[in-house]
This record gives sequence, structure tokens and C-alpha cells, in this order.
Amino acid sequence: MALPTRSHRRARPSAPLPIVILAGAGAAFFILPLVGLLLRTPWTSAWHELGSPEVLAALRLSLLASFSATAIALSLGVPLAWTFARLTFPGRSVLRAVTVLPMVLPPVVGGVALLLAFGRRGLLGGWLATTFGIHLPFTTAGAIIAETFVAMPFLVITVEAGLRSMDTRFEDAARTLGASRWTVLWRVTLPLVRPSLVAGAVLCWARALGEFGATITFAGNFPGRTQTMPLAVYLALETNPDAAIVLSLVLLAVSLAVLIGLRDRWLGAS
Amino acid sequence: MRARVVGTLGLIAMAALCNACGTSAPPSSPALSGTITVFAASSLNAAYTAIGSEFQKSHLGTMVTFTFGGSSMLVSQIQQGAIGDVFASADQPNMQKLINAGLTAESPIVFARNDLEIVVGKGNPKHITSLADLARSGLVVVLCAPAVPCGRYAAQALQKAGVTVTPASQEADVRAVLSKVALGEADAGIVYVTDVKAAGTAVEGVAILPPVNVVAEYPIVILKDSQNRALARAFISYVLTDGRRILARYGFTNP
Repeated sequence: MALPTRSHRRARPSAPLPIVILAGAGAAFFILPLVGLLLRTPWTSAWHELGSPEVLAALRLSLLASFSATAIALSLGVPLAWTFARLTFPGRSVLRAVTVLPMVLPPVVGGVALLLAFGRRGLLGGWLATTFGIHLPFTTAGAIIAETFVAMPFLVITVEAGLRSMDTRFEDAARTLGASRWTVLWRVTLPLVRPSLVAGAVLCWARALGEFGATITFAGNFPGRTQTMPLAVYLALETNPDAAIVLSLVLLAVSLAVLIGLRDRWLGAS
Repeated sequence: MRARVVGTLGLIAMAALCNACGTSAPPSSPALSGTITVFAASSLNAAYTAIGSEFQKSHLGTMVTFTFGGSSMLVSQIQQGAIGDVFASADQPNMQKLINAGLTAESPIVFARNDLEIVVGKGNPKHITSLADLARSGLVVVLCAPAVPCGRYAAQALQKAGVTVTPASQEADVRAVLSKVALGEADAGIVYVTDVKAAGTAVEGVAILPPVNVVAEYPIVILKDSQNRALARAFISYVLTDGRRILARYGFTNP
């Protein structure tokens, strides 16, 4: 995971030609699909497509679900990252691997695994249903859980990397001055890793916003309830490709705006 | 057995020859050779894989490769320039899209039909016997999204039966409906007979009676840009002859 590091002061390096050419090809690889999407966009009917109630419902649901998933990921993922970075206990590396697994697991498989855990006949889901009457599949809560499952690892590894690379002498100093562990965590540790926290949260949010496979598998697809933007795009592709392109552009614009905006504001990108 | 295979081979070789003279395609050698790519609807996966391996056994030296996917997804891929020789669709509207785009070589032929069926969990725990039962409250029913063929057919059948169902989810394809029922998340769904058959013992099918049932028609066609029309034509005639037995084994009915 590429994290912003403090830039060393040195003379501007002159780039060797092969590097420039390969970097250009690499950049083009990302830019061309975007251009393709922009060229195929039916600009005249775009506003009409955007104004439809289904699109607005999908957008609203996507924002709700992705921000909720990020909030859950922050409250569970930061303690997890701290545990991985600061504690040593048997099985730590295995546990760490398991929590990062959703990053490489096909999301559809993740969705099936979630069903087996939180579904009606799942390990925990059956108990949730009979004891509390909570049903997660086919609900907005289910969509949020699917997004959290896939997106939280991005936060965990980013924050863990930040905690590992920070200078722990500040914590030691605070403690010798009489601060409690809790105060150290809140007043020293977390402020010091704020760039990693923000980067992790943004990555997590962006991944949650684009989540498709686990959501459609675990939460299903119903307009206004579990049909997030990526699901709406996929289904529109079948019947109305123009609408699918417009929807994708909205998704792209929202993510791009947030990624660029947050980067400049909090990560001190130069 | 051997005699029949040789006989079939001869027939198809003759057919191929004849086709070659009839069209502007370059004259092909009597023996079929080369490779074709067949784009086929997801629901044909098991049946076509079996047909493909039988076909290759009776036409040594040929190779049939398949790309399975939702019919509409395959149509968009072909429209975007995916190279292939044969397209087998799960419905007529998607085939019509290719015809309208001028991407087919000739008129499509319907080679199979597929009935709709209600899929329920093993042992039918909710005692569902007809479409009307799907409207019961407290029942979790999943259907295909209206955009995909199985969703369109299910809506037609429900309308014919005069039943209004509020699905818990509108799934993107028929396999997703099946897996929701197989995993026990949903109590019932509407899928194709072939899907229930392919799912094995995890689920059961409840027949939808003929006046209400909607039958899906599967057309097949040679694509305009096919580089091996002789082999493509041979494959289609195999589907229409020996292939029918294999299709029936997977739950399809003959047109």
C-alpha cells in the first residue's frame, strides 16, 4: 500500500527516457478507458437519465451505505489495526491474514460466506433471527455489512502501516509525564497517525462505494433497499446501456472528487 | 455405433461441402477442421459443454470453445467486436438485437425450449403448490430482475395467473435466484426447469401448469464474421440432431 511519505529534500531527478515512456503507457492505460466512457456518454440525454427516481434512489442508497460502512470500519478497524501493530500474541499473523483476505477474495465468494454466517440458516444469522428478529439478507443493513466486509481491510492495513511507522517515543514521553493509556491513545497516537487514518478511511469509503459482488450476493438487488449504484449500472447495462454509462460517470465523478479533494486537503500531497 | 458415427460424419461433411458451393465462402476440404467459438446463454452451460465434447469426439481434429454468459451480455460483447462463430440465445429479443445490428449470417433456428418452474427448498417446507402460493405473506420470494429474460417470463406467468408477488430481491440472473433458494435465504423463486435439474438435490421444482406457464425459446445462428462457417454450420446441425437428446437430458424440450 503506497502511503504518502515525507519527501526528502534533494535535487529534482532527471528521468531516464525508458521510464518516461513506460510511465506514459501506464498512465494511458488508466486514462483511455475513462476517455472511452466520456466519448460514449450521451450528453444530451444525460440529465434526463439522472433525474429518474431509480437513479436518485440508487445514489442516495450508495451514499448511505458507503458512509455507514466507513463508520463501522473506523470503529472496528482502528482497534484491530492497533492490535496488529502493537500487540504480540500467538496466531497474530494468521488473524491478520484472515482480516485482509476480503481484499483478494472474489467478492461473490465473500457474499456467499456472509450468507453462511449471517444468513437465515447461517452460523449467527439463525440466532439473530430467532432471538432478535433481525434479518440481514435483502435489507439495507445487509448491503452495509457486505460493503464493510470488503472495504474494511483497506482501512486496517493503512492504519496499521501508519502505527508501525510512527515514532513511538512521543507515546513513551506522554506516559512518563503521567498520561493514562487512554489519554495517550486519544491525544498522542491517533493525532500522529491522522494522515493514515484519513487515507484509510477514504480508500475504504471508495471501495465500499464501488462494491458490487458481495452486495448483490448477500443483500440481493431491490430498488431503494439494496440496489446501490454499481448494481444499478450492471442491470442497466442489460437494457439501457446509455443509462449505465451515465450512472458510471456519476459514480466516477463522485469518487474522483472525493479522492482528489481529500488528498489535497489532509494528506499534504505536493 | 461406429457405423452411425461415420455416417453422421459423412452427412455433415457433405452438408459442409454443399454449403461451401452455395455461398461465397472459400471451398473447404471435405473433412472439417479448425476451431469455432460458440457464444451461448448461461442456462446452456452444462448441456452445451456435453454437446461440445460429443461433437469433438465425432469430428476429430475440430475444436469447439464456449463463452457462456447472460444473453444480453453476450450480445453487447458481439456488438463490441468479440470474435466468434455461433450465438445461442436464451430468448428471441436478444437474438433480434443481433439481427437488427446486421451481425448474423442467416435466419436463426429455434433448437430448444425451456419451461418455467417454481423452485423451493428441499422437501418443500412451505408447501408451495402453485404460483398463487407465492403471494402468501411471510414468504421470502426472489425473482429475476425485470430486465433479464427470466424476470420478464416470470412477470408474464404471474400476470397470466393473476398473482401479485412482492419479491425480496430482483436478482441479476437465474443462477442467483437458484442459489438464494438453495442456501435457504429465500423460500421460493421462479427459474427454468433446466436450472432446477442442474441444482441437484438441494432444491425441488414445483411445476407451473401449461395455460399459465411461459415457454422460453432458444434460437441459434451463425455470426456474420465467422471465419469457419463450415464448422459452425456442422455444429448447429449437430445441435439440431444428436444434440437434442443431450438437451433433453438436461431438461430442455424440443421445439
